[in-house]
Amino acid sequence: MGIIEANHISYEYTRRDDEGTVLEITRALDDVSLDVHQGEFISILGGNGSGKSTFAKHINAILFPTEGTLFVDGKNTAEPENTWNIRQEAGMIFQNPDNQIIGNVVEEDVGFGPENMGVPTEEIWERVYEALKTVGMYEYRKHSPNKLSGGQKQRVAIAGVVAMHPKCIIMDEPTAMLDPMGRKEVIRAARALNDVEKVTIILITHYMEEVIYSDRVFVMDQGRIALSGTPKEVFSRVKELEELRLTLPQATLLAEELKKAGLKLPAGILSEDELVRELCALAGRRI
Amino acid sequence: MSWCGSFALWRGGEYKDNRDGQMGIIINHLSYVYGANTSYEIRALDDISLKIEDGEFIGLIGHTGSGKSTLAQHLNGLLKATEGELFFNGENIYEKGFDMRALRFKVGLVFQYPEHQLFEETVFKDVCFGPKNKGLGKKETDLTAFDALQKVHLPEKYYFSSPFELSGGQKRCVAIAGVLAMKPEVLVLDEPTAGLDPQGRKEILTLIRELNHAGTTVILISHSMEDVADFVGRIVVMNHGRVLMDGTPGEVFRRSEELEEVGLSAPRVTRVMKKLKEQGFPLREDVTTTEEAAREILKVRQLFGGV
Repeated sequence: MGIIEANHISYEYTRRDDEGTVLEITRALDDVSLDVHQGEFISILGGNGSGKSTFAKHINAILFPTEGTLFVDGKNTAEPENTWNIRQEAGMIFQNPDNQIIGNVVEEDVGFGPENMGVPTEEIWERVYEALKTVGMYEYRKHSPNKLSGGQKQRVAIAGVVAMHPKCIIMDEPTAMLDPMGRKEVIRAARALNDVEKVTIILITHYMEEVIYSDRVFVMDQGRIALSGTPKEVFSRVKELEELRLTLPQATLLAEELKKAGLKLPAGILSEDELVRELCALAGRRI
Repeated sequence: MSWCGSFALWRGGEYKDNRDGQMGIIINHLSYVYGANTSYEIRALDDISLKIEDGEFIGLIGHTGSGKSTLAQHLNGLLKATEGELFFNGENIYEKGFDMRALRFKVGLVFQYPEHQLFEETVFKDVCFGPKNKGLGKKETDLTAFDALQKVHLPEKYYFSSPFELSGGQKRCVAIAGVLAMKPEVLVLDEPTAGLDPQGRKEILTLIRELNHAGTTVILISHSMEDVADFVGRIVVMNHGRVLMDGTPGEVFRRSEELEEVGLSAPRVTRVMKKLKEQGFPLREDVTTTEEAAREILKVRQLFGGV
């Protein structure tokens, strides 16, 4: 059984005016089915308003499907008695690091989650230090979060979730407000969590370059899953991606241009190193 | 302090002739210190000298805390420099009697997430706010607002909707229209594409380019090197409150190692070209856009088995 199992879930919300008359019904999720296995690294892409964040909020039992069922670690999110268990098992990271940090000292902030769960004091500290080491922020444990950079704050927020020992972490555009270095730090932390701790990661992003390391990519459009597969498979479908208002990673884009002009490059080149390697191979050199 | 200004001008040498009839912005040895003479003293800007010509499209890059936004806030007088001076169209904005209020209309500042500042009931009213405050009559205000909304290509059916019914990208367009309605000569945008999807990013940047082509000087603060490379004509790189590099995208991005040292990076295509060059292929490394890179590689296509 997977950690997340969505069976034909749909979500509708209704907008009413002051008198309660229905103005509009929006179908934010439309028949979404997907299965995520424990330990996978999943990315979700899609334009603004495609339903990515709505879906994420379902996994954390913030929203509930209007139709269909969603199981997180075998628990139905629609059952109220499961809510707290699900939120402990599926942690969430949001876009703005400043809205997620409450402590005055980094280590206190990270300890907030386990403390609330009733973890014994000694174990809290073990968890805090371990979590901070995982995201590479251990040296900053005595610092004030105010003095950290965006990427560092976001990693502290991630440590706060990690300290609750979740099976799964959902990151909703965690890098949208960060500079290139901060983006790299956060993605590196996410990959380390996945590799070393085997935490399931669901990464929602607008940056194509961030998804090339994931096991599977889902592209959402108008509340549906429009494309899915490995990054290679998804980024080989150039035309469809363009129709979905998405762009390709820059290395893929360059490879496409060169292929159009007749160079015999393989499909689905994702990173700059791959492109350099393939071009060298065409020229009969090996690196 | 006026003699001090003249001294700086004299010392600056090359700036001497620019006092009269000169358009554009001149920043002369400008520094800004937060919490001076306290233990929290931070030098956010440290001896900046820059000349911004009329009609330029400049990308201002640097990691978080490098001083980009602080510099931007000096351009329309929101922050006052602790040292140095700033000339707008030849006038020292720190001199007594300078019309600061007029400057704020001439230099439009679009903050990060500007849509958070929308507050009126309708899109149209919101855009009217600026010109109304400027003291324009009703008719002129309406015309200016209409014109600004046309410029950002917002479909007319939304003009009298609540701003909160629009999508993220549309809201941002409305916020930009609100600044355009003040008819600024210089437009400073702080991360105008943050949080937008690739298509939305492209739309906003294309819009900014149109404004620039129509004569507005644009200063774009961005974390996306690829966006900057595709759109601007000149890049200023900031680090620890100083100007680290200043040049065309090609000149700046070919120094990719130095950029990485300060937490930035060259666009991916530039790095691809550099790596290919290191492998001995005869390629330029000051290439910054995908089209340019494809063209360069195809010039030597026979090396890669092309015909």
